[in-house]
Amino acid sequence: MTERTLVQAVNAALARAMAEDPAVLVLGEDVGTDGGVFRATEGLLARFGPQRVIDTPLAEAGIAGLAIGLAAQGFRPVAEIQFSGFMYATIDQMLNHASRLRTRSRGRITCPMVLRAPSGGGVRAPEHHSESPEAMFAHVPGLRVVVPSSPARAYGLMLAAIADPDPVVVLEPTRLYRALREEVPDDAPPLPLDRAFVLREGSDATVVAWGGMVPEALSAAEALADEGIGCEVIDLATLKPLDEATVLASVARTGRLVIVQEAPLTAGLGAEVAARVAERGLMSLRAPVRRVAGWDTVMPLPRLEQAYLPDAGRIAAAVRETMAFA
Amino acid sequence: MDSVAARFEILRRRHLAPDGTACGPWPAFAQDPAALAAMYRAMVRTRAFDQKAVALQRTGRLGTFASSLGQEAVGVGIGAAMRAEDVLVPSFREQGTQLLRGVTMRELLLYWGGDERGSDFAGPRQDFPVCVPVGSQAPHAAGIALAMRLRGEARAVVCVMGDGATSKGDVAEAIDFAGVWSLPLVFVVDNNQWAISVPRRAQTAAETLAQKAVAGGIAALQVDGNDVIAVRDAMEEALARARSGGGATLIEAVTYRLADHTTADDARRYRDDAEVSVHWHEEPVARLRTWLTAAGAWSKAEEDALLAACREEVQQAETDYLATPPQAVASVFDFTYAALPAELARQKAEAVP
Ligand SMILES: Cc1ncc(C[n+]2csc(CCOP(=O)(O)OP(=O)(O)O)c2C)c(N)n1
Ligand SMILES: [Mg+2]
Repeated sequence: MTERTLVQAVNAALARAMAEDPAVLVLGEDVGTDGGVFRATEGLLARFGPQRVIDTPLAEAGIAGLAIGLAAQGFRPVAEIQFSGFMYATIDQMLNHASRLRTRSRGRITCPMVLRAPSGGGVRAPEHHSESPEAMFAHVPGLRVVVPSSPARAYGLMLAAIADPDPVVVLEPTRLYRALREEVPDDAPPLPLDRAFVLREGSDATVVAWGGMVPEALSAAEALADEGIGCEVIDLATLKPLDEATVLASVARTGRLVIVQEAPLTAGLGAEVAARVAERGLMSLRAPVRRVAGWDTVMPLPRLEQAYLPDAGRIAAAVRETMAFA
Repeated sequence: MDSVAARFEILRRRHLAPDGTACGPWPAFAQDPAALAAMYRAMVRTRAFDQKAVALQRTGRLGTFASSLGQEAVGVGIGAAMRAEDVLVPSFREQGTQLLRGVTMRELLLYWGGDERGSDFAGPRQDFPVCVPVGSQAPHAAGIALAMRLRGEARAVVCVMGDGATSKGDVAEAIDFAGVWSLPLVFVVDNNQWAISVPRRAQTAAETLAQKAVAGGIAALQVDGNDVIAVRDAMEEALARARSGGGATLIEAVTYRLADHTTADDARRYRDDAEVSVHWHEEPVARLRTWLTAAGAWSKAEEDALLAACREEVQQAETDYLATPPQAVASVFDFTYAALPAELARQKAEAVP
């Protein structure tokens, strides 16, 4: 038995990738001696040494750019950005360079790097620590965006992200880092980077969620089951590329779709899911698609963050509304 | 053939040695023991506030908080030198300066307690709120200083950052702006030797942080950051230069973070208690008290009265903070734009029926 929390699973995946491939490096602020502020890199310095676990100066754009250079030289850098709000500083490097080196050089220079960061709210963190930037990265051609929501998925997706030949952004939901433990064997395989996970089957409505919203979607489904409403809950997990087939197949069965995202509503990933279903699954819909999302406001400071964050109650209400649609 | 293209040196200023003895000559303001006692009071008040905030966090009544324990001379030296009409652009450990500028303890507690109203200062209306993304405030300071210059005002901006912040591109860019336009701006690098677990030497190979000013063509000075007289003196000189059109300055105040990085940190993971103990011998509060006492300008009775007054003030601040009614959920929407767009009004109506 190897039970792990999500953050321990990230740590274990990093350790395994480093053990199996000497090209894998870990870098970022406080990742060495401190083991990362969330302890995602704990023990790696002692095990792999300062040549492979690199405490950087405090400079996020630089960290992303540095990883690009290392990746171009055949290393597999895994760069940590300490908190979600500081990922925005990497967008210049990720958008103008990481995502397009392959294209610009017609495949001569590539960028097999991982940029990973905690994301989302729910832990009463200070200002700029509770952001959900997934759609900003998903908008960039050439990047992959992955958001795990369980220890096992974090482990398998992290292994795959590190092994992938292109840049991958991994956003780890802070509120799930220590929310639960589950069995994550040391030899668990990598998981595909283009598949959603059906976590619960149901025939009345499809609920699509990712990251910190997945447990909320599951508990909404649990509550709705008592009312006789069967929800199929899908953890999208790989936001780009997006596993549209799994969503369409589910909607074809249920005819109803509720999309849950913690990020602000407008131009979020939920809009993309809704558009795909509108384009290719419209005829299976028996009710309008509903999005349950953060508001189009600045993420509030902790006193009001619970009011902002979508929860099981809001999700269940949206499902009931789609069920009531005649 | 090589010849010398440029030369520079970095001066270090100190007026009060770690043992509390004077290193002369002293600036004019320091000739008046009452002025020094006032700065002493401000440092003790800052320390009392930090202690209260940490205690509130430990008992679940405040969010993550960054104490300035050991760094009070930097905050107070800056605050004592600034004028009301100047603008402070702080990082997140500048409560010492903020308190001197009239930000209230209740406002500070509200902010760190997770309530946006804590940034709506009743006192210094132009001062920027706390800046959490490290270094990102530096270009704002340049913009505010440019605005002052464009209007021909005799005001100045003070931008405070940590040693870690000097690694950010934003800071290099802001220094560059300040140099090319001779902006009325003083950058203060509050060098407490650590950026969470990363020591100063791992942040930059430069011998001093002050010399980051040299490349941008602005004045540079290093001061003993545990010597409040030196900090204030350096600040007054730099602010006078800024207000009179003489351009920007970067002051590196060398101090030490005696506290954990924040209440969310455990510094014993990465630094020895022995190192911390050494720095307790250099801390700024005892240093000035030693001088004041030796000069006959501070008594046991005054000390007791000050501590009692501080205890009372922070207790009152706690009471006021905890008694503040919560913000309405509607407030999350109301400050997003000058006027609520229709689509946001719809979201608000759903959220707050
Ligand atoms: C851009 C950015 N990156 C990372 C962080 C997380 N973080 C908060 S404080 C800090 C260290 C700051 O060190 P320094 O500039 O020396 O200031 P100090 O905390 O020592 O006052 C880090 C890495 C942040 N707030 N902003
Ligand atoms: Mg520091």
